[in-house]
Amino acid sequence: MTTLTKQPGPGLSAGGPQKSRRRGKPAADFRGTGDLKIALLFIAPAMLGFVLFYLVPTIRGIYLSFTEYSILGDPEWIGTRNYERIAKDPLFWNALGVTSQYVLINIVLQTALALGLAILMHRVAKSTIVRGALLMPYLMANVIAALLWFWMLDYQIGIVNQLIEWTGLPRVAFFGSEQWAIPTQALINTWRHMGYTALLIFAGLQAIPHSVYEAASIDGSKAISTFWRITLPLLRPVLVLVLVVTVIGSFQVFDTVAVTTAGGPVNATRVLQFYIYQRAFNEQDFGYGSALAVILFLILALVAFIQMKSLRGNQSDLD
Amino acid sequence: MNTKKAIGAVAVAAAAALALSACGGGSTGGDSAKGEISYWLWDANQLPAYQQCATDFQKTHPDIKVKITQTGWDDYWGKITNGMAAGTAPDVFTNHLAKYPDFIKTKQLVALDDAVANDKVDLSQYNEGLADLWVGQDGKRYGLPKDWDTVALFYNKKMAADAGLTAEQMASLKWNPQDGGSYEKAIARLTVDKNGKRGDEPGFDKNNVAVYGLGLGGSGGENAGQTEWSFLAASLGWTTTDKNPWGTHYNYDDKRVQDTIAWWASLAQKGYMPKLEATVGANAADSFGAGKAAINSHGSWMIGQYTGYKGIDVGIAPTPQGPEGQRASMFNGLADSIWAGTKKKDAAVKWVEYLASAACQDVVAAKAVVFPAIKGSSDKAAAAFKAKGVDVSAFTQHVKDKTTFMLPITDNAAKVAGIMKPAMDAVVTGKAPASSLSAANEQVNSLFAK
Repeated sequence: MTTLTKQPGPGLSAGGPQKSRRRGKPAADFRGTGDLKIALLFIAPAMLGFVLFYLVPTIRGIYLSFTEYSILGDPEWIGTRNYERIAKDPLFWNALGVTSQYVLINIVLQTALALGLAILMHRVAKSTIVRGALLMPYLMANVIAALLWFWMLDYQIGIVNQLIEWTGLPRVAFFGSEQWAIPTQALINTWRHMGYTALLIFAGLQAIPHSVYEAASIDGSKAISTFWRITLPLLRPVLVLVLVVTVIGSFQVFDTVAVTTAGGPVNATRVLQFYIYQRAFNEQDFGYGSALAVILFLILALVAFIQMKSLRGNQSDLD
Repeated sequence: MNTKKAIGAVAVAAAAALALSACGGGSTGGDSAKGEISYWLWDANQLPAYQQCATDFQKTHPDIKVKITQTGWDDYWGKITNGMAAGTAPDVFTNHLAKYPDFIKTKQLVALDDAVANDKVDLSQYNEGLADLWVGQDGKRYGLPKDWDTVALFYNKKMAADAGLTAEQMASLKWNPQDGGSYEKAIARLTVDKNGKRGDEPGFDKNNVAVYGLGLGGSGGENAGQTEWSFLAASLGWTTTDKNPWGTHYNYDDKRVQDTIAWWASLAQKGYMPKLEATVGANAADSFGAGKAAINSHGSWMIGQYTGYKGIDVGIAPTPQGPEGQRASMFNGLADSIWAGTKKKDAAVKWVEYLASAACQDVVAAKAVVFPAIKGSSDKAAAAFKAKGVDVSAFTQHVKDKTTFMLPITDNAAKVAGIMKPAMDAVVTGKAPASSLSAANEQVNSLFAK
């Protein structure tokens, strides 16, 4: 709760002594207190949701990661044994590698394509219909998109393979071959999310004041160098946000895999989230699954922290 | 003051919600022999038969209402397990040999010994061995048998005739792991490439196959090759585990099973069977129905589906004889079990006993979907299949000749499947040699060392 009581602080009464605000009964003439109670009331529903559905499960998950627990029966404390087993588990390391591969393909493609689309939206496609159409794939549920592509890319009856065969090339086992399975899933995800990401970047583009561009053109800057020297640097906070969100999102890939390849062929698509699901829900090893989930949580926290720090995502060059 | 009260109210409401959700599975109350009981099964083909059983049952037991829910196999077990944890599992459910050991271990099943003794259920009426499959290591009975299944070869009669293979030849195939015997010869002969060349003819293009001699559903790693290769390996005398039921040592490091898998995987390299990668997302039975495969080895619960494809005349041949002249088929039996968390135990017992009685199993037999566990009902099912024009002797023969072996019943079944599936996939795709199964076997056996 300390974080909450702090909030009406500095902004409302700059310069007031820090201690008096935290301790004891708030003074009656203090400007912030009148709003505090009502603020807490408004925060309460979200707080309740956060505590019930995030905080408690997270703490419980961390606790379970130190136990052996089969959902039926009681958890048994086994210390760090789950983590020791994970360190030696080739499937965990495989999952980490496969997931990283997915994230890499996804991020590079998605960011590049979305940036291109955003610029086209900004400069060329002013029609709301065209801009709206780009968002269409994102409106589709992940599972539906996955199954649709699963069907279209099917080795035997898929329309894509039919087209490939007409061009004289051999059929491609998009989901069945170990080389293709992860890139295929990454491409499906890129297809679905590209429009949404483009929209975020588009919003960032619109926030860049026109005067900057005018100044650049007066100085004789060409379109390409304007893009590299003005647009991209000023877009940085938005791009960082997009990167952090998409990296975290891609690390958590699950539904596409679950409804198509289910980890196979062999272990080619056994991504972290799917491996966690397999260990916890299929094999009833919730302790091990929780430990894997904690590791994924730490990885994501670290990645987000590094990205924010190194890319200075919380500062803008416009100030 | 008002805001304080409001905050208090929110907190109270939250606490109440928590408390309510926490004790959702608590109280009993009411008569456990009356009211509504829930019953789950996974096979949609069998739903009408069991719905009929429920209707008949409710006529003689007006106090009890049976609510049947069908959920596909892929989601069935997860739902049951989560339901057990959440207190919402069905009172009675169709149980599987590979799954019930885990339920016994976690004390989720009701022992039926008292009920069987009190109501004098005749355990000898079932086909041999079926009732005892459901006795746990503690000597208690956790299910009453409902049906059984074996494996045979479904084949496309027209394709066989075009290839010059008679029904007699198909029924007397022989197999060995070295050259595949007449089984491989038939498979090669039935394979046709896009130019019309057969698999055993010179100039056969294995990279452009129109019809595969043998269909492929999957590597079978997750279910001990039940319908894929277990009938071959077992004909060499191989057994999945050291003893069955309740084995504690798996035998995937045995040369006999590795030779079998190596031979089987070689069919894909020769172009006689689809590559595993081409089967992701595909359904073996439907590929057969689409005329893309000539033979499929599959279980008796699939008879309805295979004989239901329009324009395809299907023959059913017994699994091939091994080098010693012995045939083999995995024998699997389902049962109905009662969840330990049921509030209607007495009603559930009555329903399970009814499901296990001739009254219900004859109804199931008449629908010709599966073979019921009771001997007399099995015969009626065979007759019902015959009336539909389907000769099912390839399946029943195994039981008559006692050439069946039981589906392996062990602890840790889900973990074993988790290890064996990728290992077997790797062998069938040709990525790893069959000898790599020894390493997987070691991993599997270490599960039992604890």
